[in-house]
Amino acid sequence: MRSICFYFQVHQPYRLKPYRFFDIGDDHYYWDDFLNRSVIRKIAQKCYLPMNSLLLDLIHQYPGQFKVTFSFSGTFMDQLEAYAPDVLESFQRLVKTGQVELLSETYGHALAALKSKDEFSSMVDQHREKIQALFDGYTPKVFRNTELIYSDQIGAMVADMGYKGILTEGAKHVLGWKSPNYVYQNSINPNLKVLLKNFRLSDDIAFRFSNKTWEDYPLTTDKFINWINAIPKSEQVLNLFMDYETFGEHQWAETGIFEFMKALPGAVFNQTDFGFATPSEIIDQVSPISAIHVPTPISWADEERDLTAWLGNDLQDEAFDRLYDLENMVKKTNDPDLLRDWNYLQTSDHFYYMCTKFFSDGDIHSYFSPYDTPYDAFINYMNVLSDFVLRVKEKLKEPAIA
Amino acid sequence: MRVLMFGWEFPPHISGGLGTACYGLVKGLAHHNQDIIFVVPKLWGDEEPLARFVNASDVAIDYKERKFKKIWKNLTYLEVSSFLVPYLGPEEYKKFTDYAIHDRADVDDSIFSPKYQFSGKYGKNLMEEVSRYALTGAQIARDRDDFDIIHAHDWLSFPAGIAAKEISGKPLVAHVHATEFDRSGKSVNQPVYDIERAGMEAADHVLAVSQLTKNTIVTKYGIPEEKVSVLHNAVLDASIIKSKYDKKVPEKIVTFLGRITFQKGPEYFVEAAKKVLDRDPNVRFVMAGSGDLLNRMIDRVAELRIASKFHFTGFLKGDDVDHMYAISDVYVMPSVSEPFGISPLEAVRHNTPVIISKQSGVAEVLVNAIKIDFWDIDSMADSIFALLHYNGISRMFKEMGSQELKKLKWEHVAAKLVTVYEKTISARP
Repeated sequence: MRSICFYFQVHQPYRLKPYRFFDIGDDHYYWDDFLNRSVIRKIAQKCYLPMNSLLLDLIHQYPGQFKVTFSFSGTFMDQLEAYAPDVLESFQRLVKTGQVELLSETYGHALAALKSKDEFSSMVDQHREKIQALFDGYTPKVFRNTELIYSDQIGAMVADMGYKGILTEGAKHVLGWKSPNYVYQNSINPNLKVLLKNFRLSDDIAFRFSNKTWEDYPLTTDKFINWINAIPKSEQVLNLFMDYETFGEHQWAETGIFEFMKALPGAVFNQTDFGFATPSEIIDQVSPISAIHVPTPISWADEERDLTAWLGNDLQDEAFDRLYDLENMVKKTNDPDLLRDWNYLQTSDHFYYMCTKFFSDGDIHSYFSPYDTPYDAFINYMNVLSDFVLRVKEKLKEPAIA
Repeated sequence: MRVLMFGWEFPPHISGGLGTACYGLVKGLAHHNQDIIFVVPKLWGDEEPLARFVNASDVAIDYKERKFKKIWKNLTYLEVSSFLVPYLGPEEYKKFTDYAIHDRADVDDSIFSPKYQFSGKYGKNLMEEVSRYALTGAQIARDRDDFDIIHAHDWLSFPAGIAAKEISGKPLVAHVHATEFDRSGKSVNQPVYDIERAGMEAADHVLAVSQLTKNTIVTKYGIPEEKVSVLHNAVLDASIIKSKYDKKVPEKIVTFLGRITFQKGPEYFVEAAKKVLDRDPNVRFVMAGSGDLLNRMIDRVAELRIASKFHFTGFLKGDDVDHMYAISDVYVMPSVSEPFGISPLEAVRHNTPVIISKQSGVAEVLVNAIKIDFWDIDSMADSIFALLHYNGISRMFKEMGSQELKKLKWEHVAAKLVTVYEKTISARP
């Protein structure tokens, strides 16, 4: 039987509070608790709670058959513990069913894979420990990097860490004529299987579902089933990867997104030769068709599917380089507060807010940004970082005095 | 002396330096017991009662008055380009226009209504407000006879001054705080230039805030040299400020504070910062303010990879300004064109040594400061480095600067102004 793999990314950053130049050296708390809490609570009501309960119903309705996969960032799990224990419990209930797979990622939803192998693997370890602590010792087997960022090098690094598979974008410029609906292998280490997002069908749900100017609007279950059935018989998997906030937050309840999802599994079972599977199952069952070559990193963001949403302009590069200049010093401090801030400061969202691609994807960027302009984001971040540097240096001085 | 004075803004509701200068001048005149009628487009009610204030928004225009017809005829050309905003960058422009639109949504928007609600800002209806303000000037001059001389501040109130002179026949003093060349560089707005020139030509005497500005008035506006007097600005309070603010960072702080626009020379400050940081990383540079070049400056700082030592605060007001001066070790004003420039004097009050460009009026009155050409970033970097490292100079500047400041009082300026008034009146046939 062929398989649909539903994978949901669940991430929220720790957003910075407005941090002024005058605060440097004085105020060492950087996070906007009020904003972060309100965002989590808002999305909990609109998305996490209703969608979790919908998925739990489907799992009960199709025991052993309906399966989904999640990846939770560490910053998300920390915020659930602080602001939404009810949501955490409902995720725990889902995982307990055994029909939900959890993936590994970096704790801080960071871009560390592009900069420092040390920091990357230490963040993955922290994340795995957190998952084990919150979900009864659950140990993920498959990896997904921040924003599905992937390259041959990153894949090899992940394979070295013992993972058997990784998820990434089925980027057009990487695939060419090839189809994303197969299992591929990392081109350096063939032991690592690569699952590629079918971006057309994924984005039909995630982005276009409620777009009235889209020629296929409205998207009904029947229509979607027809597209699934149009997939050539030789193609084995359909990877539908998307933000979990698609359900109820990016696509509001009024658009009918919940009804669509409620009806989809039944229709898939009755009208197609597809079933549902998790990445681990697919990797065990489906043999890879070939290696995939990704010499430069890809991601699932924007039209370019590259890194330019986070890195590349002067603001982003300056902030990113100054941040990672600190790596060794921060680690030397071994101070839990500093390590936590260091972790949260690495979250990719901070760099996303500094993106200046106004004209192509700027609108979606501004939707997700708490700042008026990328420049505001940069200034605020650099002010915080300046204070952080002072704290790190101060901490390193301490033992010498004592 | 009884003076009918036209301004555009008055503290505490100000968005530029003009209001502060008017305040100092009025306060100085009050010290000499001069009787001032101060007209502003919009009065907020919380102004310090130093003068008899007139709210132009409350003045009803009598359209039957024939004499106004001529004034109005001369003014109609102002309506042509009402989107012209000389003072603002695009972002502020948007903010101000938004404000102006919302602020005025509830009033009759006809300029021909008897009363007109001024926004008193520098928004999109600036030209309309300037014209309407002129009519108000005429009405006030017709209604009252309790003044001996008319004094108009900058081009915004020149048409009002001219109108008041025409109706009353009293002499007019045109006070130039900045010219269109200072604001816009080479691309001057012709209508603004025309108003400035008309104001200076119609005036019986012209006041310039510096010799630098006087030179511009003589060479660019063709006003005879003997008709122009230099009246430098002063400081409201020359006392040294013992600040309650402590610096929270270990590094020395070098500050630029002002609008981030071409005429303030922010880019030279950024380039000099790079040169200093290359030699001494233990310095933080701060650019405080907002303006149309802000984003370009941020880009440049990021490109030079100095952003962890170069900070932007955005627009500062009130207490934050004092805070900024107080924690600064060096203050730099690299203006390309600055008719006067009062901020270095504020820095001196906070015992902060200053570096100012030779292209600023304040360089004419402040002796104990390092003066450089705005474009000379090497010299700027050298001076910053010297003031940070060679305590001898900075100590000397601190001591001498505060002595010097005590001579720069608005009372002295006002005394000089009164003699200008007297001469102007006695020179009338």
